[in-house]
Amino acid sequence: MPTLRLGAGLLGVALVAAAAAAQAPASRTVILSTTTSTQDSGLLDVLVPSFERQTGYTVKTVSVGTGQALALAARGEADVVLVHAPALEKKYVADGKLGNRRLVMYNDFVVVGPENDPARIRGEKRAADALAKIAAAGARFVSRGDRSGTHILEQALWKQAGVTPAAPWYIESGQGMGATLGLADDRRAYTLTDRGTLLAFGRRVALRALVEGDRALLNVYAVLEVDSANGPRVNAAGGKAFADFMVAPQTQATIKAFGVDKFGQPLFVPIAGKQEEDL
Amino acid sequence: MDLLVAGVREAFRLLVTGDAEVFAILWLSLRVSGLATLISLALGIPAGAALALLRFPGRTLVVSAVNAGMGLPPVVVGLFVTLLLWRSGPLGAWEILYTPAAIVFAQAVIAAPIVMGITLAAVQNVPEKFRLQLLGLGASRTQMVRVVLREARLPMLAAVMAGFGGIISEIGASMMVGGNIKGQTRTLTTAMVLETGKGNFEVAVALSLLLLVLVFGVNWALTAVQQRRVW
Repeated sequence: MPTLRLGAGLLGVALVAAAAAAQAPASRTVILSTTTSTQDSGLLDVLVPSFERQTGYTVKTVSVGTGQALALAARGEADVVLVHAPALEKKYVADGKLGNRRLVMYNDFVVVGPENDPARIRGEKRAADALAKIAAAGARFVSRGDRSGTHILEQALWKQAGVTPAAPWYIESGQGMGATLGLADDRRAYTLTDRGTLLAFGRRVALRALVEGDRALLNVYAVLEVDSANGPRVNAAGGKAFADFMVAPQTQATIKAFGVDKFGQPLFVPIAGKQEEDL
Repeated sequence: MDLLVAGVREAFRLLVTGDAEVFAILWLSLRVSGLATLISLALGIPAGAALALLRFPGRTLVVSAVNAGMGLPPVVVGLFVTLLLWRSGPLGAWEILYTPAAIVFAQAVIAAPIVMGITLAAVQNVPEKFRLQLLGLGASRTQMVRVVLREARLPMLAAVMAGFGGIISEIGASMMVGGNIKGQTRTLTTAMVLETGKGNFEVAVALSLLLLVLVFGVNWALTAVQQRRVW
């Protein structure tokens, strides 16, 4: 059975390759757990190769929801985290699971909705007030429902508004921001989105930015480092190198210019070295 | 409709201009799923043949498990393989999570029951009298198995097609164990999800067309082999 022998041979090769991979020194690989929004923006496609050139590390970027990104890092399954859920991040730092939280950049969230604005929220100053009006009007609202940074902020806003959102007007998509915008557009519903994704989808959806500029809508990204104590095989030095790179002046300049050529405006504002109170 | 047209145009542009990133993604998908198919053949054919020819207590239970395994959800395999390969998991020392090797691992697990199940059916389809006749004519057991597998080779090519088709188009496991890392573990399907998420629908449509062409090409080659041998 020559086919069988070939197959068995290849299986052998695969096992040997796996064993070889197992023996390769791992300290040159950094696992970055981050959010889908940073990945979708394309910023990491610019920053990661630059970091790899400067330091010789290889980065494995795993983009998941903020909740998962932090949980993975706390288990030591990643070496550094870049996320945007300040309250949750601070909880991980307070619990001693992640450390050295440093601000990197921000952009902002926007409440978007259909042109005819059934709940009359256009121009509302506070996002929480706008959400309260949406709930009072029973107008449709699409939520990410996936424990992403966006979803966590949305939940905080509902709490501020004193509303427990519920079906039938409250729809949970369970998907990324892009898919959620598509759903909101289709159902002529309101939703909360980061500006980067809205710009990327601007041509595709008929949704309008209705509430913006509220301080509560700031979308602040931070890096957090993982300690070797978090689990076996954590590359703490590599994780720290990436965190340092994200707040370095040259990287911050790249962030400041990112998106201007494509959208005519920058997608992020660099804020390394600042505290939340300074914003 | 405009998106479909734009997608077709984009697909042609990517192919004609020889877009390096797209070709790397195509090549990775082909290599990963091809290797996973070979491993699943190496595991599934002997196991399927043995299951077809041997009689033992609890056999029906095992056969049912294999048949159920043919519908193993990729996302379930992805989750379990991820937990196995985690740094803190039992195979963490291999350090292959978020590498192509991890995708090969998961995809081989998905395809193996498919290959096993189809091999089982194909071998069982060879009449038992034929097997007895071979033994009666003085063939050894090994010779008998060899001849039976030869007889069953055409339906077994279907096993190759079903196995490969199942995993090249699979997304759940590739996303979880590979991580969709640019230039490292981004396959056709995970790239499609990403481009859709970014709102680049033309590119997503173009990638789906490339996937369809790839699947068709591989199946066409296998079918050509299968049909020629019929005569």
